[in-house]
Amino acid sequence: MQLYDKTFESRLLLGTALYPSPAIMAEAARASRAEILTVSLRRESAAQRTGQDFWALIRETGATVLPNTAGCHSVKEAVTTAQMAREVFNTSWIKLEVIGEADTLQPDVFGLVEAARILSEDGFAVFPYTTDDLVVAERLVEAGCRVLMPWGAPIGSGRGLNNPYALRTMRAHFPDVPLIVDAGIGLPSHAAAAMELGYDAVLLNTAVAKAGDPVRMAQAFAKAIEAGRAAYEADPMEMRDMAAPSTPVLGKAFLA
Amino acid sequence: MTLIINGQPEDQAAETLFDLVETLGLADAMVATALNGAFVPAAARRRTALTEGDRVEILAPMQGG
Repeated sequence: MQLYDKTFESRLLLGTALYPSPAIMAEAARASRAEILTVSLRRESAAQRTGQDFWALIRETGATVLPNTAGCHSVKEAVTTAQMAREVFNTSWIKLEVIGEADTLQPDVFGLVEAARILSEDGFAVFPYTTDDLVVAERLVEAGCRVLMPWGAPIGSGRGLNNPYALRTMRAHFPDVPLIVDAGIGLPSHAAAAMELGYDAVLLNTAVAKAGDPVRMAQAFAKAIEAGRAAYEADPMEMRDMAAPSTPVLGKAFLA
Repeated sequence: MTLIINGQPEDQAAETLFDLVETLGLADAMVATALNGAFVPAAARRRTALTEGDRVEILAPMQGG
């Protein structure tokens, strides 16, 4: 799988928040075989230096880091956060979130497109967290995005793919753009469904971090994503409205 | 003078952003700085003067989804 300037084997992108402990987070990341981990920037306390410890842990995984602009509600906040992330993480990669509403955490699509344009022009490789709106997606591509990350369901909701029809449409509309379902995944079956739709990858966090056994769940997700991708590549059968027997009719005995 | 550092008012003598980061013991840390909402690259901290009431954000890598 190619995303901007890098190639990857794994199609699972994993978030690093909400785990019971940093050690479990690192173990889950390893178990998931994710090669891309999302991170954020938050206030650092000089006394505790929590960020420094966290960064050491992330570096140990050897994963590619994808910083996010989580919590940003304006273009200005998102752009400033991206600039800071670029310096701290030494990467031009940015998961762009411009949040429009606190209950749904849905993107402010207008701000998102504007921020995507500003950041793309400034040399960032933008991974926009977006809705399944095709027009917004078009604008994001026009603004310079070479990857799109439409939601499955609201962040952290665990509901899966709320609108598979819209996701299917988006896949058909952007055949050459890497598409990553990001947000709302709850179960490995959701991730498999996204892969069966032909999506290039899945990004999730809460589904693993808030599972009773995050490490086991991370393994399950890795398997599900592999299965879903294999299914997609194996050209699945067509669905039918009526039954069609699999056992041959010819040669059946008359035993009435 | 009083500076708002990571949302908390503090009395600090540092005159530049560079001095402030050093005073806080974060000179060797992986952090990014912003002054009054604008990003200040590390290389520019020495020549970034601080004035009374300035809002400084010092951010580091943290968990995120």
